Amino acid sequence: MVQIFGDYDDKIPFSDEFLILGFSPASLPLKQRWRNNGLSADFLADYLATFFPANDSEPASLRKQAEVRNAVSYIANELLENAMKFNDDSSATPVSIKLQLYPDQIVFHITNSVSLQNGEKFQAFIQKLRHSDTQELYIRQLEENAENDNSTQSRLGLLTMINDYQTKIGWKFQTLPTESHVFIVSTMVQLAI
Amino acid sequence: MEIKTEEYTISYNNQTTTINCEGSLRLNGMEDYNPIVQLFEQVAGQDPALITFDLRRLSFLNSSGINVLSKFIIKVRQRKNMQIVVKGSHNIPWQGKSLKNLQRLMPTLGLEWE
Repeated sequence: MVQIFGDYDDKIPFSDEFLILGFSPASLPLKQRWRNNGLSADFLADYLATFFPANDSEPASLRKQAEVRNAVSYIANELLENAMKFNDDSSATPVSIKLQLYPDQIVFHITNSVSLQNGEKFQAFIQKLRHSDTQELYIRQLEENAENDNSTQSRLGLLTMINDYQTKIGWKFQTLPTESHVFIVSTMVQLAI
Repeated sequence: MEIKTEEYTISYNNQTTTINCEGSLRLNGMEDYNPIVQLFEQVAGQDPALITFDLRRLSFLNSSGINVLSKFIIKVRQRKNMQIVVKGSHNIPWQGKSLKNLQRLMPTLGLEWE
């Protein structure tokens, strides 16, 4: 079964410029490999930045390169953190992140598994995201987080990507006959450049 | 007061009542941010009239870190005798995108750019 939410575009043509990283999270506890999220995000960002050559005599080109690098690093890191946090390690599906470069945008594609219970909670949050003013929701979320000292999730990653980076985000939830105890979630993030 | 690791340094300067944050802060959720939250709260406990956050050398902050900073601002904004100033840099793109949100939580918060 496949369910689509938000701006998930399956028909984007394949780009010749792409990079994909795969992880098998069960191989080490999350705490020990947390640093890998930032390292992978920086690697992806540095790799993509080379497609935006900067020239010291053109400040605009330097700014553009810094902007792309910083945005890719932030978004990739948030996506990896979420994927690693919620991945159901009993699933055989590895976590993967793919970046595709187009003339007008960068598309992030991250896939991970989640338990059915977490998947349903996540779907409810997606509905909230899609039917709210995201600027207001951001402030409301922060106020709620501040009131509740026990909250372990900030829920701010997706909201900052939408509000501060003007991205379009969509999700595909799939259940596989071989792994009916989990959803395989693919998150697509489109960043205009 | 100082917390120093390979990736980041958080330090407090008593004279200037400035909390300086440098490097890359991408810790795993609220639990791992706890020592930093405690440092912020110790500073607030000393009741300075002004707390300056100097973020000009903070190259990355993940959304959990944004949550920590926002939570602190929500906690102290009721205190009429305490002013907050945040120093950011135009050379670090995330700051231009996300720091303005702090002012939405506390309209009297001062944002200074270089």
